Amino acid sequence: MSEADDRTARRAVIRDSLGVGVGVGLYGVTFGALGPAAGLSVWQTCALSLLAFTGASQFAFVGVVASGGSPLAGALTSVLLGGRNVFYGISMAPHLQVSGWRRWATAHLVIDESTAMGVSRPTTEQARLGFYWTGITIFVFWNLTTAIGAIAGEAIGDPEAIGLDGAVAAAFLGLLWPRLDSALTRGVAVVGVVLALLLVPVTAPGVPIILGGLSAVVLGLVWGSRRG
Amino acid sequence: MGDLWWGVLVVCVGCYALKLAGLSVPPVVLEHRLTVRATALIPVGLLAALVAVQAAAGDREVVVDARLAGVAVAVACLLARIAFLPMLVLAAAATALTRLVT
Repeated sequence: MSEADDRTARRAVIRDSLGVGVGVGLYGVTFGALGPAAGLSVWQTCALSLLAFTGASQFAFVGVVASGGSPLAGALTSVLLGGRNVFYGISMAPHLQVSGWRRWATAHLVIDESTAMGVSRPTTEQARLGFYWTGITIFVFWNLTTAIGAIAGEAIGDPEAIGLDGAVAAAFLGLLWPRLDSALTRGVAVVGVVLALLLVPVTAPGVPIILGGLSAVVLGLVWGSRRG
Repeated sequence: MGDLWWGVLVVCVGCYALKLAGLSVPPVVLEHRLTVRATALIPVGLLAALVAVQAAAGDREVVVDARLAGVAVAVACLLARIAFLPMLVLAAAATALTRLVT
């Protein structure tokens, strides 16, 4: 590849990463608004974006707490969802080649979008560009918009009047949607929905999510291995 | 320290530890077939359960209310490939409007 081509390719990676980063970073405002709606303080909401920094897990914690579940049940759901970041780390590690304090700092940026924008690149340099530009852009915007959303959310007071509870369900659906790419995942999703709803009347809030969701996963694993 | 702060702390420490683990462990440890499959399916099961509870759970009962209108609009948006943020705004608007007229 000539030097000019290389520069064009690098610029394209940065441009795409910025686009994804800003777009994803902006919906931190919904997460921010949900925090106070679920009973969290502005500080607790911002702490999650700053220190946990992994969207689906943050939404899960707030979602469980908002539905009346205990903070510990929320945390368990949240950390279980964060488990996928282990595999993102494993697939990015050969490209990133980081050790010492760089590894500690880089680890914080390992999320869905940074991995997606990094892992598919033809060269290691482009993989790093995609990963870091996406990760850092999202980190900056996500935290900024979380703070704005949390302060606004606290000011609004009644989240249901503006339909925020419906938006949370939509947010989870939006995170789930791209994963429904096979009969197996669609089956697990349907079973997860049914089991969770069956458990709602008979268990404490928060339990239907963990028990229903994980039972669906176990059934999915059994079904998947039977089919080979 | 209140229960909520403990929850926040567990989420922050747990999620960061998992990210760091991914960059630190030798790949062979976690490339077991069952582990890979389980990790792919866990977000699907949990997110599906979260959608269900968030859309239709009341106080220990399943309820049909305005939130379902939000979910229906979200499905339409996802089918139409509308971006995440506009989808959330439309879902919130549908929920609020339905609540207003019912």
